[in-house]
Amino acid sequence: MTLNVDPPPVAAVPPWRDVRVLRIAAQVVAVIAVGLLVAFLARNFATALSERGLGFGFGFLGRSAGFDISESPIPYSPADTYGTAFLVGLLNTLFVSFIGIILATVLGIVVGVARLSPNWLVRRIASSYVEVIRNTPLLVQLFIIYFAVFLQLPAVAQSISFAGSVFLNQRGVFVPGPQLTAGFTPWLAFVALGIGVLVAARAVARHREDTERPIRGLTALGWLGLLTVVTIGWVLIGPVAFELPVRARFNFVGGLGLSPEFAALLTGLVLYTAAFIGEVVRGGIQAVRRGQVEAARALGLSEGETLRLVVFPQALRIIVPPLTSQYLNLAKNSSLAIAIGYPDLFKVGQTMANQTGQPLPVILMVMSTYLAISLVTSLLMNIYNRRIQVLER
Amino acid sequence: MSRSRLSFITLMVLALVVTACGDTAPSPGASQPAVSQPDVDPTESVGGAPSTAPSESQAGEPAPSAGRLAQVQDRGQLICGVNGSLPGFSFLDEDGQNTGFDADFCRALAAAVLGDPEAVEFRAINADQRGPALQTGDIDVLIRNTTWTVSRDTAWGLFAPTTFYDGQAIMVNSTLVDATTIDELEGAAICVQSGTTTELNLADRFAALDYQPIVFPEIDPTYAAYEDGRCDAVTSDRSQLVARRTAFANPDEHVILEEVMSKEPLGPVAPLGDDEWFNVVKWVVYATIEAEEQGIDSTNVADMVETSENPVVQRLLGVTPEGTDPFESGLGLEPDWVVTMIGAVGNYAEIYDRNLGPGTPFDLERGLNSLWTDDGLLYAPPYR
Repeated sequence: MTLNVDPPPVAAVPPWRDVRVLRIAAQVVAVIAVGLLVAFLARNFATALSERGLGFGFGFLGRSAGFDISESPIPYSPADTYGTAFLVGLLNTLFVSFIGIILATVLGIVVGVARLSPNWLVRRIASSYVEVIRNTPLLVQLFIIYFAVFLQLPAVAQSISFAGSVFLNQRGVFVPGPQLTAGFTPWLAFVALGIGVLVAARAVARHREDTERPIRGLTALGWLGLLTVVTIGWVLIGPVAFELPVRARFNFVGGLGLSPEFAALLTGLVLYTAAFIGEVVRGGIQAVRRGQVEAARALGLSEGETLRLVVFPQALRIIVPPLTSQYLNLAKNSSLAIAIGYPDLFKVGQTMANQTGQPLPVILMVMSTYLAISLVTSLLMNIYNRRIQVLER
Repeated sequence: MSRSRLSFITLMVLALVVTACGDTAPSPGASQPAVSQPDVDPTESVGGAPSTAPSESQAGEPAPSAGRLAQVQDRGQLICGVNGSLPGFSFLDEDGQNTGFDADFCRALAAAVLGDPEAVEFRAINADQRGPALQTGDIDVLIRNTTWTVSRDTAWGLFAPTTFYDGQAIMVNSTLVDATTIDELEGAAICVQSGTTTELNLADRFAALDYQPIVFPEIDPTYAAYEDGRCDAVTSDRSQLVARRTAFANPDEHVILEEVMSKEPLGPVAPLGDDEWFNVVKWVVYATIEAEEQGIDSTNVADMVETSENPVVQRLLGVTPEGTDPFESGLGLEPDWVVTMIGAVGNYAEIYDRNLGPGTPFDLERGLNSLWTDDGLLYAPPYR
């Protein structure tokens, strides 16, 4: 196309050997190929829908769901709408993913460092853990954790009890639950007072910093003041009471309960993802040049200080991008919850698809929700990544 | 300018591909019966099937041949969606054979349509996948202890007559739970399978009672969790509870409460939109019932063909007395399809007794599943 506009002055190159033409041609072919693929898929989707007589709409979201969900962070009953049920599933997924990511990161770092430990036993334990967990399917692990570990805990009648307030049995773990009392609002006044003390102390300290006689430790004194005031308020008023779990006819009620489904899923996800994160961390640490460690040692830093102040900040830059993938994997793997009865997004979506007879809109909703979760996670991690990269210089 | 040309080229190529699809796709299914899976393969049916029907009629074939009956006959095999994990209904026995009440109705349908009760491909389908499997047409028929409801009738497929009248019940471990009525189960954890009417009925029944549903998509984990003590009770159709109880370590400890929570009419389901095929499925069920009513079973069916003077029996068995016109059922099956079917799997009573009756571990009373002449609900319209 550009050939005619600007003919080469030298000996005429035939168009099939002209790099400029070839480049454009390659682009055109690529665009056509992608366009064809998209059009083909869209057409398949549309024809398949109409052929099966499947409707496509989201009207069902406003209808009453009619099925129950075993655990929910927000109040839910079968009379609520499908939309609410979907939200419950989403919150459950976010809940287990969020806690899972935090715990997997902690465990992963420990494992990664242990893999490089000079201690033979620690090193071996860490690498056995990584190899066993990383090379078996997560679904199998979940089944084992749920059926062979959590459901084999003692029955309710034989619950393991710690100090009469924490109970462990095959129906879950039950701990005293904090309940706000009437004194909570008055107590907030004490908190405000404490913060006032701290702010005042810092203001004075900052003001004196510029003069010739700075008062050292004033800020620390401010913190102490905050703590004292808040504690006095706590003791005097008692803003929070703890409700103990009590044995009812079938199970413990009251307090905070953690279901074995949630516990098994969380354990599985954390153990599985931590094995991968451990390898990412090990790789990141090993990528820091040896000279850095030697220099740190020469400066007299201890082993721990070397790791914390020299190696880790540099390793972090290498670790963060692959770490993001692991976080995404964890969030997506949480959909295996369906196998062990934890009502996550996918599980609730399946039930919705089945009960409404509208699988395609529901699957589309579930997919786009997972996509949104992943993209947001990526975005946050990318922002973090950019921040630590800037620190490089 | 180059952009518009580009999209024009795209359109041209697209059009070419589309027409090419339309021309080539139907040929294996339409002309060559030897091809084993002409239209059921999901990938092919998504891409090629849309253009199947018009092209075939262009090719001069009679219009009904595009229907599922013709597809099944071309394929030489019936694809039957079953449970696969429910003793008494469909369950793999020691020889790897799918046996049970539902599995036998798959065989009856295969015998009626193909003349061979073993020409069945059993597909184990879990409760959640039932609707989509029917809607996408991956299976020819669903015979999987599926409850007939109005929303399923309109969204999933057409329900053939009920083969098993059931009701939902609750089972508890009597050594752990002291309860004889459902109201005494307030606060209990109850295991249930998702995507079932049972799940919805449970929510209805416990609307005013506090309880915790523990929901699994597969049937095996549901009962494993109950047996391990995760739940105080498990709920499902009474027949299913009886059947699964036989597989427990200590079946005697488990008690099914008296209260019937709901009506659960279970029966075969055919995909929506194919009346011809639906009629075949429907009348296969009716024929087993009618055969029982007329006293025709697998042992005497051959004699009946020879000796019976009863015009009702003669019509059912496709016997044409001399001097009369042959009876046309209009189902598109062989005239003697009932003879083949009854000879192969037997009448309703034989199917029931073989899988659920006395002599089996389940020993379920016929109850509502008796003929209407015995105060039951089984009633076949006249075959004429």
